[in-house]
Amino acid sequence: MPRNTLYDKLWDAHVVRQSADGTGLLYIDRHLVHEVTSPQAFEGLRLAGRRPWRVGANLATADHNVPTTERARGIADPVSRLQVQTLDRNCHEFGITEFGMSDPRQGIVHVIGPEQGATLPGMTVVCGDSHTSTHGAFGALAFGIGTSEVEHVLATQCLIQKKSKNMRVRVDGAIPPGVTAKDIVLAIIGRIGTAGGTGCAIEFAGTAIEQLSVEGRMTVCNMAIEAGARAGMIAVDEKTIEYFRGRPYAPRGELWDPAVKAWRELKSDPDAKFDKEVVLNAAEIKPQVTWGTSPEMVVPVDSVVPDPGKEPDSVKRTGMQQALKYMGLEPGTPVREIYLDKIFIGSCTNARIEDLRAAADVVKGKQVAKRIKLAMVVPGSGLVKSEAEKEGLDKIFKDAGFEWRDPGCSMCLAMNADRLEPGERCASTSNRNFEGRQGAGGRTHLVSPAMAAAAAIAGHFVDVREL
Amino acid sequence: MKIFDKLNGLVVPLDRANVDTDAIIPKQYLKSIERTGFGPNLFDGWRYLDPGEPGMDHGKRRPNPDFVLNRPRYRGAQILLARDNFGCGSSREHAPWALADYGLRAIIAPSYADIFYNNSFKNGLLPIVLERDAVDRLFRETEAAPGYTLTVDLAAQTVTTPSGAVFQFEIDAFRKHCLLNGLDDIGLTLEHVDEIRAYEARRRKEAPWLFV
Ligand code: SF4
Repeated sequence: MPRNTLYDKLWDAHVVRQSADGTGLLYIDRHLVHEVTSPQAFEGLRLAGRRPWRVGANLATADHNVPTTERARGIADPVSRLQVQTLDRNCHEFGITEFGMSDPRQGIVHVIGPEQGATLPGMTVVCGDSHTSTHGAFGALAFGIGTSEVEHVLATQCLIQKKSKNMRVRVDGAIPPGVTAKDIVLAIIGRIGTAGGTGCAIEFAGTAIEQLSVEGRMTVCNMAIEAGARAGMIAVDEKTIEYFRGRPYAPRGELWDPAVKAWRELKSDPDAKFDKEVVLNAAEIKPQVTWGTSPEMVVPVDSVVPDPGKEPDSVKRTGMQQALKYMGLEPGTPVREIYLDKIFIGSCTNARIEDLRAAADVVKGKQVAKRIKLAMVVPGSGLVKSEAEKEGLDKIFKDAGFEWRDPGCSMCLAMNADRLEPGERCASTSNRNFEGRQGAGGRTHLVSPAMAAAAAIAGHFVDVREL
Repeated sequence: MKIFDKLNGLVVPLDRANVDTDAIIPKQYLKSIERTGFGPNLFDGWRYLDPGEPGMDHGKRRPNPDFVLNRPRYRGAQILLARDNFGCGSSREHAPWALADYGLRAIIAPSYADIFYNNSFKNGLLPIVLERDAVDRLFRETEAAPGYTLTVDLAAQTVTTPSGAVFQFEIDAFRKHCLLNGLDDIGLTLEHVDEIRAYEARRRKEAPWLFV
């Protein structure tokens, strides 16, 4: 009886050669490229006189630096502009398909990969970006790499890798109303910590994960990296398969059936062995809000900012004190009394159509609170944007006082013009609340789209379960 | 790849856990299309009192006197002492580029984030893992003795204190070999071109939809 995990199966299917010391040469099926982490890799390739090994395995887009307003005018910041132009030039020179800034399919790399069917079940997917873990939601082995590795993949279609440990996070039971994929993954990180998955590939499983839509599953896998794991993944089921039907890069015609047959095998064997296992009860998960500067600093919306004085571990205690100081918060403050300045609905975690629908549901017919200086919605891709407009979501947001922007990373990391000013407090649907992440001195609280939308209306956090 | 073998260097203690890559090198500097020049912006948000943007003369900015790297006794440090989960966050290789460009050659911490750990080796920067107790002790000794240095011997996999205490560290054999000899990964992989082609040929038959 084979007793392999999904990760074991994906790994085994991609090993080109295995060295005695345990390192493997792993074949990469799909390489996604964006402007920030690729210029030095292309330059390295050029200097060594190399060409991409398999041009068709690469797909590029510009997302981090692109403006979300008046795009036709181009990029105002010359440094950002040069980086995006460099990607255009590199893709042109090496013959790589790129969804450039004015392409209707342009968007955040982790949104467009699946949307195009360019990431598929059973693939190895890499990108010079840590949130590549997102693509694991489809039973793929997907992980972020550095620029040296980007060059390595371009040149050889392979990566030198050491196998990670197998970890399973099971979330069992029915998901309570008002609780979303984002809350589930934040609760997981709160439980295991930001280093809880270090050295592991995490498989998310259990009845709650099965209930999630594929988009929700992407949200969960997206933040596997915030739990320290390079890769997060979820077994293939019928929802996964249906998702890919008819997508531009997905198999079609006579290739569809054999592909589906292979995809159905992409799950852990019933008695597969995991090195680590964590189980959560979905019924106990509430809407989550981060209070600190690490995603593990998270509490349910109906509780209070924790007290470092009660933390026995000295390193953790210092971390909590530093975080509270940066965030301008006092221990014991109810989460619902935290007032906000800005609202950001976007990012590769939560900017797909389902996320925008959830947010629009909450704001429909209401008004953004007076104290909110800016509430913005940044769709994950051009196609998400046009679908949302078709459904009239843009109108709902604009009527409520939100700004409706063009797709890109935007204020998830503030490399473009969208950012927090020092001291500003933001409810954000992104994935990182690090110091300065959304702008120097800015204070980020990570939440679900519905929670962010509700906070925009109230001006402070509210419990979406009570709406 | 840069060679790393032996090093005796001044140690600077950075007493924070979960130091993320946004803190190591903030996003505005990621717009560069170069591999070098990130040193002045290492820990930019902590190191300077005024906000920084690319293209500024960073020598003219106001350093934060309280930040450990700015204290005169740690000037010229080559070894960074850090806490758990160092380098968490993004995959940006700009983080090890900035650390190396600043002049750091090795880091000692109880644990690292995976991608950062991996990226460091590609840039001749040695991330050493020591037990938390050992790291605690090194923090105490560094803070107590100005001019405190450590000796790192990669071949022997040891860190030696001025008083002669020796800490052994683990490192995987492949990475050690590459670092000691300054080997280039791409060159090594391209020695297996035939195997890569054979794999591709087999996969094209098994899973042709991956190659359209
Ligand atoms: S949306 Fe944020 S996390 Fe996602 S790829 Fe862009 S910058 Fe990275």
